[in-house]
Amino acid sequence: MLNALTTLLVCQFIGEILSNAAGLPVPGPVIGLVLLLALLVRRGRVEREMKSTAQALLQNLSLLFVPAGVGVITQLDVLGANWLPIAVAIGVSTLLGLAVTGWLMQKLARP
Amino acid sequence: MSADLVHLWVYLQTTPLLGLVSTLLVFVVTTAVSRRLGNPAWANPTLLSIIVLTLLLLATRTSYATYFQGAQYVHFLLGPATVALAIPMYDNLKQIRRSARAILPALVAGSLVASMSAVIIARALGAPRIVTLSLAPKSVTTPVAMGIAQQIGGQPSLAAVFVLITGLTGVLLLGPVMRLLRVSDWRAQGLAAGTAAHGIATARILLLSETAGAFGGLAIGLNALVTAVLVPFLARWLAGP
Repeated sequence: MLNALTTLLVCQFIGEILSNAAGLPVPGPVIGLVLLLALLVRRGRVEREMKSTAQALLQNLSLLFVPAGVGVITQLDVLGANWLPIAVAIGVSTLLGLAVTGWLMQKLARP
Repeated sequence: MSADLVHLWVYLQTTPLLGLVSTLLVFVVTTAVSRRLGNPAWANPTLLSIIVLTLLLLATRTSYATYFQGAQYVHFLLGPATVALAIPMYDNLKQIRRSARAILPALVAGSLVASMSAVIIARALGAPRIVTLSLAPKSVTTPVAMGIAQQIGGQPSLAAVFVLITGLTGVLLLGPVMRLLRVSDWRAQGLAAGTAAHGIATARILLLSETAGAFGGLAIGLNALVTAVLVPFLARWLAGP
């Protein structure tokens, strides 16, 4: 687990440096993802250790959004004052985004 | 509270353990509750945990900063977890390559529709400009959304909250929308989840299908790029003066 976790963090770290140094609009972890993917493609396989560590993290991905989510508490006044436009805007736009992407992808992608 | 209890509470508030343990405990309990209910989208552990923890903080008058001292250790793992999305993506690389020509138009169209419709609707319903502009990047992953909001004159912390609400809304709508449009392809479902509702919806669909998770991860990365390039121009124009 330690080797795999170190690899993940090193990829993120390099990603953060590239993101900041080059002023890229993409955050460090996303660049780290691309780096790791390139590494895996070069190697041609995923080590068992990396597989199990990644699985452990991704199976609990829902938990990792909770601390930032509780941050809603800092914006309760703005949300309360504008709840209707916010609720309708997010509800309708998310529905449309899901529908357009899903429908178009299924239509265009070969089975 | 008796004096001893007050002492204990004051002490606990100074250690990060309180925020960390409460986050984990609440999540474990809400996961069990959600499972007992048959894992419905409306009672997903992320949503339940946020509600319970927010009520707890309000009831105990604990500041978010105090809570986050401990919760940051969970939050920190989002970074390596995002990098780890490379593994399902690698496992599905053949499928991704094969459908590369479909991915780009579907993603760009969905991304623009999600972002622009939010701005237009919020403006039409009379939301203040700062709210409208903070809504524009709501479909992308949090750090990117905060950066874009700052750049176009929105408010980063408000944008972060909109990103969260969008993710939870996406979890609720994903199943019904896909059934209604008869979208059964996991690649399409994953791409839609990642494009319209970033990591929160991707985390949910990843539990159903590895392939969908891989396409969701891909969509998160690509949508961050598309939104960062296109939204600053469009949003300011649509949000009006």
